[in-house]
Amino acid sequence: MTSALLVSFAMTLAMAATPILLASLGELVAEKAGVLNLGVEGMMLIGAVTGFAAATLTGSAYLGCLAAILGGLAASLVFAGLTLGLSSNQVATGLALTIFGVGASSLIGAPFVGKTVARIGPLFPAALAEHPLLRVVFGYDLLVYGALALAAAVGWFLKHTRPGLILRAVGESDTSAHSIGYSVLAVRTAAVAFGGGMAGLAGAYFSLELTPMWADRLTAGRGWIALALVVFASWRPGRLVAGAYLFGAVMTLELHAKAAGFGLLPPEILAMLPYLATIAVLTLISVRPGRVSAAAPACLGKSFSPA
Amino acid sequence: MPLLRLERRREPSRAMQYATPLLAVALTVMAGTVVFGLMGYDGLGAVRQIFVAPLADPQRWPELLVKASPLVLIAIGLSIGFRANVWNIGGEGQYLAGAVAGTAVALATWTREGAWILPVMGLAGILGGMAWAAIPAFLRTRFGVSEILTSLMLTYVAVQGLFFLVRGPWRDPDGFNFPQTRMFNAAQTLPAVSEGSLVHLGIPIAVLVACLAWIVLERTIAGYEVKVVGLAPAAARHGGFSERRTIWLTLLAGGGLAGLAGILEAAGPFGQLTPQFPAGYGYTAIVVAFLGRLHPVGILLAGLVLAVTYVGGELAQTAIGLPQAATGMFQAMLLFFLLATDVLIRFRIVPVRVARARAAA
Repeated sequence: MTSALLVSFAMTLAMAATPILLASLGELVAEKAGVLNLGVEGMMLIGAVTGFAAATLTGSAYLGCLAAILGGLAASLVFAGLTLGLSSNQVATGLALTIFGVGASSLIGAPFVGKTVARIGPLFPAALAEHPLLRVVFGYDLLVYGALALAAAVGWFLKHTRPGLILRAVGESDTSAHSIGYSVLAVRTAAVAFGGGMAGLAGAYFSLELTPMWADRLTAGRGWIALALVVFASWRPGRLVAGAYLFGAVMTLELHAKAAGFGLLPPEILAMLPYLATIAVLTLISVRPGRVSAAAPACLGKSFSPA
Repeated sequence: MPLLRLERRREPSRAMQYATPLLAVALTVMAGTVVFGLMGYDGLGAVRQIFVAPLADPQRWPELLVKASPLVLIAIGLSIGFRANVWNIGGEGQYLAGAVAGTAVALATWTREGAWILPVMGLAGILGGMAWAAIPAFLRTRFGVSEILTSLMLTYVAVQGLFFLVRGPWRDPDGFNFPQTRMFNAAQTLPAVSEGSLVHLGIPIAVLVACLAWIVLERTIAGYEVKVVGLAPAAARHGGFSERRTIWLTLLAGGGLAGLAGILEAAGPFGQLTPQFPAGYGYTAIVVAFLGRLHPVGILLAGLVLAVTYVGGELAQTAIGLPQAATGMFQAMLLFFLLATDVLIRFRIVPVRVARARAAA
């Protein structure tokens, strides 16, 4: 009984953490290149709806994921065009992207409201994936493992590869990177596009695995939590994994408490927990003065025009 | 090879400051026709319903004013912060906190009558919004936590708080178990400007606030300080302007005005709190603030433009079956086009040949 509960808790946790991890990995790369994209929530919603639509049309959840990546990527290129091409304000443009994503996803999703779709489903064969104990290791879909692998890959890319070094240089000192001959705008566009694809995939995880049906605004602010997580992790992929799983735990507590008809706290108060927890960790991480500002990429949020 | 190129202007163009919002509206109308046409709707019809129909019918004008007034109030508050690079994007949460605080007064006084009740509700609304905005202000000034994320997170908290209250402790005991508060009594409801009109007292209040904000921002030291902190933070520090004070001032002003908008909406068109109360005005107000160029008079006009999209969106829903979400799309497109065309303020578009010739000279 207890072990079954623990297994189910652990599994819900990993699955709640996965979309936040995916989206925040993408945002981390964009921010490392110096671009603050506040449109994560909007790109997630666009990914969620394109993924859902594609999965419904093709019958394949994996094609849905691919469509979601492309959807998020397309949305991020609009952002890149405005902020990098036309030097618009990154904060305002990111907000516009989120408002756009909310409207567009609800418009495109209108015919799908309440419809269900084939889930992504477990990666491993049923003998492992449905084993009462082993499923805690083998019971997940590709994206849960993929997100962890991607976190390791992003960490390695940023730290140990030449393109990763260039990307960090662009985020730390755009003028020096430019004067050595790197195209600041090209690097940033690529980083923003990666962020968009990841956010789109994260959105699809909601509509194709967690929910799995279409409802308006089904990401419920998780994109903003992903943004906060990047700050919380001090722009380090390893800590991002820890942070995402920590938030997964908070959300799982909320779900389990609701399911158990937890009498002490009303459901609305439980639903506040992830947002309050976000504020709390952002505050805790900032208690030591200068810690966040020292970790942040120096050019974060600043426009750069080569001329 | 691109034929056109952007060339930096020596000075930002004043003419373009006024022209780009109009250009953005025009581009939105054009893009909307194409997008909704491609989606299989009557594209021209959609644009006509959303942008023209509400203006063409004088009977809709009071409705426009009713929709515009909360947008204007919230947007003026946000714009004060945006001028100083204080990114309060939690206007929606502060709006709800104001409505909740004012409603608390209304529920405490529901058996009473008296002209004092409404002003107390208004004051409670302002204080409620301020209190909600004080949290990001405190966290930013004390610990350096970004107000962007905290103000937004608090919006989600406020929405859940409102749901909790209307479903739980504040549910109308005589309301057949519907999740909503009591209706406010006559002394707690905003009077109409003239007998039987939709136009309630909140509308003149919004205009008055815009005028006051204009005077404060353009004619007082505090307004100047906000501007300098935003445009030249280093100079502001050098000149002895405190960044902390500016953060507090702008967030409290933004929260107070959003809170006022919230209680005016609760005591006006709604007359109670319901789960439908959070309507996203706090987000739309961000579009209003930018479209109005962060200027109180501009915001009055921009508030009307966005009110047109709301009223028109409803008309388009009944007339041609356009989903309500289309309104949000139009609002976001408006902001995108504005941000895109704003490049013309600092740059001009010149043919590449001319730019090369100038560079060679």
